[in-house]
Parts: sequence; C-alpha cells; structure tokens
Amino acid sequence: MARVFYENVTKAWGDVIGVNNLTLEIPDKEFLVLVGPSGCGKSTALRCLAGLEEITKGNIWIGDRIVNDVPPKDRDIAMVFQSYALYPHMTVYDNMAFGLKLRKTPKDEIERRVQEAAKILGITQLLDRKPKQMSGGQRQRVALGRAIVRDPAVFLFDEPLSNLDAKLRVQTRAEISKLHQRLGTTFIYVTHDQVEALTMADRIAVLRDGVLQQVNTPQHLYDHPGNVFVAGFIGSPAMNFFSGTITGTLEEMYVDSGGVRIRLPQNEVEQLGAENIGREVIFGVRPEDIHHPQYIPAGVKEQLIEATVDVTELMGNEIFVYLLTEKEESFIARVDPRAHLRPGDKVKMAFNSEKVHIFDKATEKMLATPKGTESAA
Amino acid sequence: MAETTDTASAPRTGILEWFSGTIGRFLVSLFVPIVTFIVLWQGFIFLRDSDAPKLVIVLVAIVWGVGGVALLYVVTNWLVERMSPMWRDMLQPFVFVGPAIAILTWYLALPTVRTLWISLHNADSTQFVGLQNYVAVFTERQMFIAFRNNLLWILFGATLTVVLGLLIAILADRSRFETLAKSLIFMPMAISMVGAGVIWNFVYEVKGVNDPQIGLLNAIWVALGGQPQAWTALLQPWNNLFLIVILIWMQTGFAMVLFSAAIKGIPGEIIEAARVDGANEIQVFFRLIIPYIMGTIITVTTTVIIFTLKIFDVVWVMTGGQFGTHVIATQFYRQYFTNRNFGFGSAIAVVLLLAVIPVMIYNLKQFREREVF
Repeated sequence: MARVFYENVTKAWGDVIGVNNLTLEIPDKEFLVLVGPSGCGKSTALRCLAGLEEITKGNIWIGDRIVNDVPPKDRDIAMVFQSYALYPHMTVYDNMAFGLKLRKTPKDEIERRVQEAAKILGITQLLDRKPKQMSGGQRQRVALGRAIVRDPAVFLFDEPLSNLDAKLRVQTRAEISKLHQRLGTTFIYVTHDQVEALTMADRIAVLRDGVLQQVNTPQHLYDHPGNVFVAGFIGSPAMNFFSGTITGTLEEMYVDSGGVRIRLPQNEVEQLGAENIGREVIFGVRPEDIHHPQYIPAGVKEQLIEATVDVTELMGNEIFVYLLTEKEESFIARVDPRAHLRPGDKVKMAFNSEKVHIFDKATEKMLATPKGTESAA
Repeated sequence: MAETTDTASAPRTGILEWFSGTIGRFLVSLFVPIVTFIVLWQGFIFLRDSDAPKLVIVLVAIVWGVGGVALLYVVTNWLVERMSPMWRDMLQPFVFVGPAIAILTWYLALPTVRTLWISLHNADSTQFVGLQNYVAVFTERQMFIAFRNNLLWILFGATLTVVLGLLIAILADRSRFETLAKSLIFMPMAISMVGAGVIWNFVYEVKGVNDPQIGLLNAIWVALGGQPQAWTALLQPWNNLFLIVILIWMQTGFAMVLFSAAIKGIPGEIIEAARVDGANEIQVFFRLIIPYIMGTIITVTTTVIIFTLKIFDVVWVMTGGQFGTHVIATQFYRQYFTNRNFGFGSAIAVVLLLAVIPVMIYNLKQFREREVF
C-alpha cells in the first residue's frame, strides 16, 4: 500500500526530453491512467517509477521513501509489460513463482499464492503450459498473475491490452478494473487509448511531449478539458474545433467563426467577462452536442447552424455525420439514427449552445467551460 | 469480315497444333537435349584439347562452367515441365537437388566408402586384413597419445572457447566500446590456421640463455627473472595447452559473434521483467540469458568440438606432432602420406569420422528442434 509521488521529475537523454518536470501525486489505492499520444513520455514516466530508467532531475517517492537510487527489485512494484515479457523457457507456474523464488519465499507459500492468483484469473488449468503454447489472452492473464503473486505496493501497467483483439480488450479492461477493486492497491496504467483511460481510471493524467497537461477524474476531464490538446484527445469522435472571435456585449455574447455563430450562455459570459470581447479564440463542440433539428433532446438550448452533409457513417445506434459549414469548416455530429441525411443535403444542425468549450487561440488554454454534469450541483 | 480473319489465322493455328501434337512434342523433347549435350560436349573437348591462349581458355571455362550448369538446369526443367503433372511432381525435385546429390556422392560418399575399404587392407592395399588396422589404432602407444591429446583439445579448447566467447559477448553487450572490442576479438578469425601457427611460433620462440629472446612469451618470462623455456616441448602432456591457446585465440571470436547475436535477440522487456521481479544481474544471466540462448550454446559447443576433433594445421605447423602433441588428424596424415601405410592411415580416418558423426547428428538434431531448417 503506497502513495506514489513524482516530484519535479525530468528524464532526458542528452537533448531529447522524455519527461519534463513532472509533478504528480498518486494517493494510495488509486487507479491512475497516464494517457497521451505515442512518444508523449507516458511510458518513460512509468519506467522511471519502475527503476528501469534513471531520472535526470527530481525525486520519485514510493510510500515514504525516495527511490531514485533504489534498484527495481527493491521498489516493491510489479509491472505488466505490453509484450507480456513472459519467460519462454518456464512454465506458467514457474513464471508466476519466479519472483517469489528469488525472494526465498517458502515453497508452500509460493504454492498457495500461485494457486490463488491462478484461481482469480481462471488460469489454473494452464499452470503446466509454456508461454508459446498459449493464446495472447492467456499470456496476458499469466502476466497479470505474475504481478499479483508478488503482492506489491504498486502495480504498473505498460499498455497491457494493446496486443489483444478488440473483444478481448473490452473484456480484460473490465477484469483489470475488478482486480483493482479486489486488491485495493495503487494501480498506474499507461495507455494511448483514451477509451481505456475513461473506462478504468479513478483519475487520468494527460501527457503531451513530456509535459503534464491535466490530471482529473475522467468525467471532469471530459466535461472541462483544460486546453485544446486535452479537449481533442479525450472523446471519440474528437471534439470539433472552430477558430473564431468573441463578439457582442456582456448582455449578448457570441462566439463566431464565420460559419458557426453561437450565443453563449450566462455562466460562460461570466467566465469570460468584458475583457475577452474581441479576443481570438478556438471554440469546441463535441459531436454529441450537435443534433439533427428533428431529434433534439429535451432541455437542449439549440442554436441552428446551416451546413451541408459530406459523408454519413451509420453505427447502428447512432449516425456520425461529417458536415461542412457555409465557410467550409468541417465538423462531425453524432445524431439520432432515425435522422435521414444524405451527402449533399443542406441541413440546419442544432448546436447545444450550453456546451461550448472556449480556448484562447494563442495559448490554447481554456477560457470558459460549460456547466458539467458533476459540477452542475 | 469474320471469314477473312478465320482463313488468315488458320495456318498459324495449324502449325501450333502440330507442334503441340504428340509427335511434335516428342521430336522437340528429343532435339533440345541432344543439342544441349552437343554444346556441352564440344565445350569439354575444347577445354581438354585446345592450345588457345590461357586467357581464352579461362574465359571459355567460366562461360562453359557457369553457363553449362544453367543450361543443363533450364533444359532438364523444361523437359520435366512438359510431362504430365504426375511425372512432373515426381521428377521436379531431382532437377533441383540432383546435381548437388551427384557431386556429393562423387566427392564425398564414394571416397568415404573407398577409405573404409582401404582401411580393411594392408599397407599397400594388396591384401585383405580384416579389422587388424583397427586393432592397431586402439593399441599403439602413439595413437593413445593422439586420442589423449584430442581429449585435451576438446576439454580445454572447446570449453574455454565457449566460456570466453560467452563472457566477452555479455560484457561487450554492456560496453560503450562494443564494436571495437568485438572487432578485436573477432579479428583472429580472419587469419588462416597455418598463419596463426606461424604467428604463435614466434610468440613461443626460444633462444639461448645469453641471447636476446625474440619470442614474446620468453621475453616476458626472462624479464620477470625466469630462464628461457621451450614452451611447446615442456611438461608433456601439458605442452598441448600452448597449442590449444591458439585455437582459443582464433575461435573465441566465432563463439562471441554467435552468442552476441543470440543475446541481442533476447527481448529487452523479458530482462526488465526479471529485474522488476527481483533478479540481480547474476541471476538474470544464469536464470534467464543462459536458458534463453541454450540452443546457440549447444550449437557453438558442438561446432567447436567437431573443429577440435579434426584439428590438424595448428599442430602440424607448431610441432609437427613432436613432444607428444600428435592428434588423430596428424597421425592419419603421417601414417597415410609420410609412412604410406594406406590401410592404417585409412583406419585412423574412419575412426575420426566415427568420432565426429555422433556430435554432428546431435548438432543437426538441435538445428531441427530450433527450426533452423
């Protein structure tokens, strides 16, 4: 049981910076997901914590000690690798028992722990197999089992699901969440897949080019992204961005990109204030906040925007519509499957005017954010 | 319109049909190989009898040799392709491996059988003597020394080559000077065995007590206060070790390169997983790296063992087998070519072959298990 604390951690190889002055506290028992595009430094941050990379500056704390110079084996961590990294010449049992044997755990204790972990993961019948005799999903479980038997203070996961097929990925995702609840240990999980992050995390930390962008609960990150990068990264399909200006007055304030002009709700007007009138901004609207005019959910304060349908993608329970505004700005809407739209159709799409995210054009930082589901209270 | 086209194309189809007809096919099938044979035969006659300038003969030989093989292959393949699918599938493999099998039979299998036959005869192959030569092989004192020495070669040569190769490979893998270190170790591989023998002859060179020592080893030895020694003649049978060092010097590079490649093939994540699991570097080496590259270790070991079993050049150049340094191969050479005792020499060769075969079979089995082929 341990909290983990990155204190101004920097990892650089000469001029190449992997992690840039990262400060991040992960309380005991939390499930934290580090997410970002490939090359953003998330894996490096994890490897620094595991002791597989030496940090250049700062301190890493596990529990109440600084582990900068502690070798991996003494950090009381277990790690699940992307390739599973099973020892090919050992059986599943030996793979799982390896760490315990090295620590001179008594034989019957090893037996008990391995059997227990195997039972949790449903791999009891595989204990005599070698890794190459198993499917990807089974290997993944063994890799999890190898981590579980060690009973570490912190679990580290480095993209453990990316080698699984889509169905298995969804299934294993749920199992890892369950495992976290059951073990009650600190989990730190690296992924590039924002869906994994949203579904599993207690909190998500978004990284970009080695710099921490925002840390918060999945819902908060989704509702109130702190900058354009986070707004675009979290959510699928990604948020639509328009570049425009704040116009009007404190009584009647608009964001206007030319093709899209939306009157801002009172709470956002208050956030912006008079000093931002005339400012160049990027504003974003999520695809699910743009509706077909005939199927507007109750309670939505809509703003109709003229657009032309470019492409439609039927997903079964919804339709992704790719549209162009009069100024050729493209955007995606997620509309009711009953909506009847064909490429070339001219349609007045209903933007939810209470769900506009506004960012400064120069700094890309958030200026005004809509009322969220959690902060509404 | 349609009719004119028909009449125009009629004769062409006719000829084609005739050619693809049974008689045509038979004639063509007969004609092409005959022409091929004549071309090759003429080339052979020319090369045998011609007084043309050497350069021309060389060029013709190259063209005839390389082109002849290609021609032979193309023609036989063409012939087989024309047969019914059943015959084609049956014969085609032989078109590909046939020449290789023929050459191996002629240059390898037949001489082996002939050696076996000669080994059952007396010195000048005039009288059948049964297993008498083999009895001699296993009873003569000289042969006993040779067997003992080969054992020393295997024991020290092969073991130290493998151990040093592995050690250097693993150390170089973590060094910043990996390429340089590996190049230096690998370089002796480029020297021929005889060349290495000459070099080491100088290293072991001994001069009189009052003369300057030009041999490296004696120079160091004398500088440290010792008396000059004739290293390769001393302390039999341990003088063999001075010869074995040469093999180690040459073969360690070979072992190192293979081990190095194998070590680099170990996924980094596995090593990292072991470190996280609690292994220190020594445990990583013995419990992970060694098992992982076991296949390579076995292959290298068996290859070096076969090599040491057949060792000849080093001994021949360094001591000529004197001072109790004979090995099986030098004994074979001495008996067969110096003493012209064909029966005895052949028997030694057969014994050497029999000693190598089990190692070879084991080696091939390893290859197969690891799906090298």
